[in-house]
Amino acid sequence: MSAVLNSETKKVLTTPLVNDNPITLQVLGICSALAVTSKMSTSLIMALALTLVTAFSSAAISSIRNHIPGSIRIIVQMTIIASLVIVVDQILKAFAYEVSKQLSVFVGLIITNCIVMGRAEGYAMKNPPIESFMDGIGNGLGYSLILIIVAFFRETLGSGKLLGVEVFKLAKDGGWYDPNGLMLLPPSAFFIIGMIIWAVRQWKPEQVEKVDFKIMAIAHGEGGLH
Amino acid sequence: MEAYVSLFVKAVFIENLALSFFLGMCTFIAVSKKISTAMGLGVAVMVVQAITVPANNIVYHTLLKEDALSWMGITGVDLSFLALLSSIGMIAALVQILEMILDKFFPALYFALGVFLPLITVNCAILGGSLFMIERDYNFGESVTYGIGSGLGWALAITVMAGVREKLKYSDIPAGLQGLGITFITAGLMSLGFMAFSGIQL
Repeated sequence: MSAVLNSETKKVLTTPLVNDNPITLQVLGICSALAVTSKMSTSLIMALALTLVTAFSSAAISSIRNHIPGSIRIIVQMTIIASLVIVVDQILKAFAYEVSKQLSVFVGLIITNCIVMGRAEGYAMKNPPIESFMDGIGNGLGYSLILIIVAFFRETLGSGKLLGVEVFKLAKDGGWYDPNGLMLLPPSAFFIIGMIIWAVRQWKPEQVEKVDFKIMAIAHGEGGLH
Repeated sequence: MEAYVSLFVKAVFIENLALSFFLGMCTFIAVSKKISTAMGLGVAVMVVQAITVPANNIVYHTLLKEDALSWMGITGVDLSFLALLSSIGMIAALVQILEMILDKFFPALYFALGVFLPLITVNCAILGGSLFMIERDYNFGESVTYGIGSGLGWALAITVMAGVREKLKYSDIPAGLQGLGITFITAGLMSLGFMAFSGIQL
């Protein structure tokens, strides 16, 4: 086991979780991430699907990386990813039809999810298969982490449930909790991700972006220039 | 005719690809720093969307759908599971062809849009448009309307976003929210604004 988990593997597996998170720092894969997070169950399935696709596509692309001509590499990567996504889509349709209906087009959109392409292009083209597989898993987990946090807030605050199990008793059933309808609507996902980014950057100040313009404080008290 | 108008309005405002389905978010966030580039990308997306959605519609209805091959005398074949692969292949090929045509016949336009075209192949809004077209079973006329409408909606959203971000540069934002964080919150507020359309029944 220790031979498999050497320091390089451990590094590619853990850095994408916080230090180099695909969503909050690399700005990859936001596209399909937000729309599925209004429920925990769909987010878990989506996270699992994306992690598997990223890992296997990275491994596959990395194992043939020395045989792909540079000019057609995008289309080769695309074909591998699309085939894997079709497999995932068919499996979901066969064994979890309800969930696949709720996810609708978003499973198909894993093909154009920037995480998969980004890791294939940025890591798997330069590194051996096992490391690429681990890098895929790591980035998939980083994505999953954000998805699960967002889904946790949206489902508990929005419908008082978690994974369909009641957490807060709703006011309409004689309980005390009045659900926040905004949490079920798309904009809330933006707010929650924005807040997560804020929190992460307070914790890790080196991730803060440089400002384009510095605002100078006005010296003579409030409204000095009015 | 009325059905097409309502589909168009729905695609532009009510079911805006960027702000109510979060499609094309990566480019939406990355390329919305300046109005001029955002508008260029928006137009490119609109053009590609208007071509690829109807093209995928033709492929789906003549080749892939259940029993679609009956015009060749083959029945009982359902190739719809290939829709994902054929859609993305179609998009990649069409973007490539469009790039060549622009380069050859419209050099000025090529210089304006050229840099954005490769980005568009991996833009989820384009693939998303085609997949929604398949899922909702649009006919050819509807797919043309939906393609143009959804592209316009996306272009509108990214241009407005770039406008807001240009002003935002001069604001005093807490350090941790600088850049990406405040962009998300702005997108959320804009999406809230677009939700005002959702009550409209057409």
